[in-house]
Amino acid sequence: MGERQSSPIPNPILEVRDLHVSFDTPDGEVEAVSGLDFELRHGETLAIVGESGSGKSQTALAIMGLLAQNGSAKGSAIFGGQDLMQLSQDELNEVRGREISMIFQDPMTSLNPYLTIEKQMVEVVMHHQRLRKEEARAHAVEMLRAVRIADPEERIRDYPHQYSGGMRQRVLIAMGLLCEPQLLIADEPTTALDVTVQAQITHLIAELREKTSMSIIIITHDLAVVADIADCIIVMYAGQMVECGSARDVFYHPQHPYTQGLLKSVPRLDRVDDDALQAIPGNPPNPVSVPKGCRFRDRCAYAMDVCRDEPPLRTAEGGRASRCVLEIDREDNPP
Amino acid sequence: MRGLFRFSQVLSTDVAADDPFAAALAQEPIKGRSLWADAWHRVLRNRAAVTSGIVMLVMVMLVIFGPMLSEWSGDYTDWDHTSSPPNLETGHWFGTDAVGRDIFVRTLQGGRISLLVGVVATLVSLVIGVSYGAIAGYYGGTTDRLMMRAVDIIYALPFMFFVILLMVVFGRHILLIFVAIGAVNWLDMARIVRGQTLGLKNTEYVEAARACGVGHWAIIRRHIVPNLIGVVIVYVTLTIPQVILVESFLSFLGLGVQEPMSSWGALVNDGAQDMESAPWTLAFPAAFLTITLYCFNYIGDGLRDALDPKDKS
Amino acid sequence: MIQEDIVRHGISRLMGLVPTLLMLITIAFFLIRVAPGGPFDSEKPLPPEIRANLDAKYHLDEPLIQQYFRYLGQILVLDFGPSYQYKDWTVNELIARGFPVSLTIGALAMVLAFVLGTLIGITAALRQNSWVDYGAMGFAMLGMSIPNFVIAPALILLLAVNAGWLPAGGWDWSIQRMVLPVITLALPVIAYIARLTRGSMIEVLHSNYIRTARSKGLPKRIVIGRHALKPALLPVISYMGPATAGLITGSVIVEQIYSIPGIGSYFVQGALNRDYTLVMGVVIFYGVIIIVLNFIVDMLYAWLNPRIRYDEGR
Repeated sequence: MGERQSSPIPNPILEVRDLHVSFDTPDGEVEAVSGLDFELRHGETLAIVGESGSGKSQTALAIMGLLAQNGSAKGSAIFGGQDLMQLSQDELNEVRGREISMIFQDPMTSLNPYLTIEKQMVEVVMHHQRLRKEEARAHAVEMLRAVRIADPEERIRDYPHQYSGGMRQRVLIAMGLLCEPQLLIADEPTTALDVTVQAQITHLIAELREKTSMSIIIITHDLAVVADIADCIIVMYAGQMVECGSARDVFYHPQHPYTQGLLKSVPRLDRVDDDALQAIPGNPPNPVSVPKGCRFRDRCAYAMDVCRDEPPLRTAEGGRASRCVLEIDREDNPP
Repeated sequence: MRGLFRFSQVLSTDVAADDPFAAALAQEPIKGRSLWADAWHRVLRNRAAVTSGIVMLVMVMLVIFGPMLSEWSGDYTDWDHTSSPPNLETGHWFGTDAVGRDIFVRTLQGGRISLLVGVVATLVSLVIGVSYGAIAGYYGGTTDRLMMRAVDIIYALPFMFFVILLMVVFGRHILLIFVAIGAVNWLDMARIVRGQTLGLKNTEYVEAARACGVGHWAIIRRHIVPNLIGVVIVYVTLTIPQVILVESFLSFLGLGVQEPMSSWGALVNDGAQDMESAPWTLAFPAAFLTITLYCFNYIGDGLRDALDPKDKS
Repeated sequence: MIQEDIVRHGISRLMGLVPTLLMLITIAFFLIRVAPGGPFDSEKPLPPEIRANLDAKYHLDEPLIQQYFRYLGQILVLDFGPSYQYKDWTVNELIARGFPVSLTIGALAMVLAFVLGTLIGITAALRQNSWVDYGAMGFAMLGMSIPNFVIAPALILLLAVNAGWLPAGGWDWSIQRMVLPVITLALPVIAYIARLTRGSMIEVLHSNYIRTARSKGLPKRIVIGRHALKPALLPVISYMGPATAGLITGSVIVEQIYSIPGIGSYFVQGALNRDYTLVMGVVIFYGVIIIVLNFIVDMLYAWLNPRIRYDEGR
């Protein structure tokens, strides 16, 4: 990619079609993502929700070209007029860190322990934007200040192990923002942190959402985080999207039985009369042997014979969809 | 991990009939494998390790039974055929040395000694190392610190020199070789065992067992030892070639087993003297020694990869 | 601030060296004294008066403990005493004679091993599971498994006797005479370092911070050169301590085979002839070298690894 485009950013900013991600394991070929389609519009915050193993992280890694050696991806991911899936690693390096930034789940191990924060931040700007060292450093310090790191002038010279987990995650976010990317992908940014720190990071991301025109994809299994900051939600299960729509729609009128189960299982402080947490019984299918037909069938309260066949993707206006035999019903299940 | 497995079985035995969790737990679990079966499968997938294992088995068979196949014995000097190359007719399949001794038989008999020293000396270092490491790791605290300090000190010393010293001092008796090499080689084993024991001691199921009042020895027997076996096996397999190497160094220097016993090291030394005129006297013992070390290293490697949960492939 | 930490670390390590040294000297001392037969037994039986004189001259008639402390005192002033075997020489002189030779070969072997080993290891790691990788590791395993006293004759046969390119042994400080001994000595260490580097590099390449570096869009050479190389090489640097010990051990054999007048050959001769002082001198000398080198490696590691620097008491 050459210079940043001066023409208006195309909408949608990211278009993913028929994404398949599979891994070559000793136990055979395992498909982590089976045919995912979605769009992300400019300035939008999309939450991809699901339990571990649903394929949500692999989706992001595939788009960024960061899959493990035994992984392969098919499909297309159009961003900035290019299909990211067709680009070579060198070409992707022009996009990564500059147009699309990604932050990962484990801040404790995501920074190089042998390099100072300064070195790790400055190298991004110096490489992508050809700034001189002093300019790059000043830019990095400002960014650290923006993510509320105290005394950034001094602290930038520290090593990662001198920072707490929450601070490291903020550094990683700052690092991702240095080149003002169009898209930030956050893979479980709060999972490894304490509850209070989680709130801080979520707040930070919410601020980014308000104050910048950056698009955000946030991947998480924590619905509380989603409720705070998402515009749209995709719910994934066993490698497939089972429901999507605006945050409001999905939260207040969940259509897919899995989504309904997820929302019911969130502990709430206001429902004192509930005695037991309502977990969804059973386990997700083993990725090595995915069942035919609806993959949620074994755990679904509404399961019928017809669910043995591949369920249709029912759509409605406003980008609403649900992968279930049941019709989309707008009046179902009040909060 | 195995301890947790047992606890979960205990917990799930009395669960109410209409409990949704019971339904979930009763479901057919993902077809997993026990730790050992899993490790075994991984070893089998490692072709180098498997091939080496087969080669070693063949080697052991050869070394034990091979000499019986030949008409010649190791110390008979065949004056008609001195320094003669390998020859199927005369029955000297590997040739003869300068005084007419059959190389085939001598090599295999040398193998008996080398492998014997390897195994026994390793056992000696195993016993010393495991006991030392387990005690240090289990009791922890000052005991551990002192014991490991001693290990650190000894580790820094040039042990080969001490082995040589020991051999010189006490003579070249084979029992002594076992002890000398074993006594010098136990340090790695002790360190590993101590590390493992420390880790195991602090696991939750050991804590739980202590909370239930299980005594020290029972804990060691039931929880710690089974989890040490894997690591110990790996190190035994990797120590044996080291020991064989040390013994062959000694023999090469003339400090190893006494005549008429001979090990591969001594045979290589003898062969090296005549290597220009009779290269087979060097080639066969050298090849057998190298192959043995090579195979043991691969087997040890394969075992270590199999038992280490981090997959590096 | 960094300097302070390293100095503090260094001092605490230095304190730990003293007991090690003491133990070394003590064990060696009592071990060789325990040996049946004294230094003068192998020669023709001496008349008792001369024997008594000799014993007195070398203080062999004193109680063992006294001999021990006398010896410690001498060591402190770096006097290793006279050689029993080479009557006109002191041990100091013998060591001074042999050490430059052993040092040259050892140092060259060390450098060769580090450079070649890491290059091979890194290349194999970057092409993991390819033919380059399997080939390199196969050779490495071979290098570790063939004893040096098997390789040496093979090399001599091939390169010296048959091809006539290099001399088969002896020593005259010429490059040609150095080639074979250095290669023979270095080979197992090259092999081990190659394997170590490969494993370490692969592990580093799978770490989260490398994933972050890649996600920043940095080109491969920067990811590997700036982010992966140092952490990957740390275990190799740690290994240089034991590697030295290995090289010293190996030198004993190599010097024998190639007839090189280094300390190793003095040691073997001394051991066989019960030359107490010479043996002791060599053991202590080499022991000190190993200890000092371990110390240097330790400090180097601490300097390179910021985490060690800051939390003491590791």
